[in-house]
Amino acid sequence: MSGKLMDVTVVLNGKKVAASVAPDQSLLAFVRDHGCKSVKCACETTNCGLCTVWLDGRAVLSCAVPMARANGHEVTTLEGLQAESADFARCMAEEGAEQCGFCSPGLIMNVLAMEREIRERAEAEGTAPAMPTEDDMNSYLAGNLCRCTGYTSQRRAIRRYMESRFAAAGEASAAAGEGE
Amino acid sequence: MLKFGSYVRAANIDDALEVLRFKKGAMVLGGGIWMRLSNRTVPCVIDLSDCGLNTIEETDDEFRIGAYVTLRDLEVAGKLNAVTGNVLRDAVHDIVGVQMRQLATVGGSVFGRFGFSDVICALLALDTDVELAGAGRMPLAQFIDMPYELDVLTHVIVRKRDYRAAYQCMRKAATDFASANACAAYWDGSWHVSVGARPAKARLLAGDALGIASAEPTAEEIACAIEAVRSLKYSSNLWGSERYRRHLAGVLAARAIVEAAPYSSPEAADAARAVCSGEEAIA
Repeated sequence: MSGKLMDVTVVLNGKKVAASVAPDQSLLAFVRDHGCKSVKCACETTNCGLCTVWLDGRAVLSCAVPMARANGHEVTTLEGLQAESADFARCMAEEGAEQCGFCSPGLIMNVLAMEREIRERAEAEGTAPAMPTEDDMNSYLAGNLCRCTGYTSQRRAIRRYMESRFAAAGEASAAAGEGE
Repeated sequence: MLKFGSYVRAANIDDALEVLRFKKGAMVLGGGIWMRLSNRTVPCVIDLSDCGLNTIEETDDEFRIGAYVTLRDLEVAGKLNAVTGNVLRDAVHDIVGVQMRQLATVGGSVFGRFGFSDVICALLALDTDVELAGAGRMPLAQFIDMPYELDVLTHVIVRKRDYRAAYQCMRKAATDFASANACAAYWDGSWHVSVGARPAKARLLAGDALGIASAEPTAEEIACAIEAVRSLKYSSNLWGSERYRRHLAGVLAARAIVEAAPYSSPEAADAARAVCSGEEAIA
């Protein structure tokens, strides 16, 4: 850490947080210092995805974001997505999609980010959000490593969750169409 | 662990260039992904986040990709990828994960001139220039051979052409560095083939050096191209031996050419594919 401190302000899970930090301090260390222990410190080389948080709504690796860069931005961790993550957590439990559970917070953050991105892109294109393909899911989640190698059950849970979300969206869209 | 001696958030490119040139040891921060892996103190880190370099601008003739555009932005840039045969999407698609690609920047990838770069390999086969705050605009092929200067890369510019292009690479594991990569692009009436991860910087072959004259390369022309690709210099590292890479680069280049070529008859395409099939095993 460098000696000179800088004043930063971030919106962490909806609450404004001001602090004096070293500009090279990682966002990972910052959020953990502020009680967000769901964000795990693991590889610290941007390979494993355990430290995934949302920066202005986009999933990023907090180990690679210096606080100087996070200054002025909105940071969301799993602690701030309790309600939004409940359905996926249920899918994970039903499919036995966790072993030690260490990678689960990062995985959940990225699955919710994928869902969010699909919806945003569909909205921008004026189309109905579509269920991601297996390739889409594998590609989007390639950066989330599970050290227990529990990928099969994780993929089952993700598929189950996405089917529930996007089937509902499709039906809602069809229903809206019928109503017009 | 990377440490910052001091941190400057530049208001504009001129300020950034001034600090870079007058503050000894200063460095521009791109996505910070590669830089942060080193264990050192950078005396002054310059952040260009406020310089408006995070957009892809489209004009009648070209796409101007800002240096702070992320690899994820590049991957999902629909118009740019549609014009360039999706080679940029294909090149970045397997770089670690989405979360990492939302941080890594085009400028960081290109200015670093890393030998393993997938981005440089894909851009090199296209009609690509770079724009530097001090040195101005120049072809990417010229830039990658220049020594590291105290300059700020502001844009990567891809001219609109009638591209037919394809990207191929071989990774030992899904998100690993490429053991070798190749990109073939047919534009302006000629073929351009780049080969990267040799493991040195990517190289571009075009025109007579490549040995392909027709838009629909014959089996003989593809064999010539394979020879040309294999005549480049290769070396060994953890990702592959020199011999393996040399062979692999020929196969990948041939596959990229065949994938990109607009074969009008199935027989011609089959003959070209047969050349690739015959190249699968190391003799």
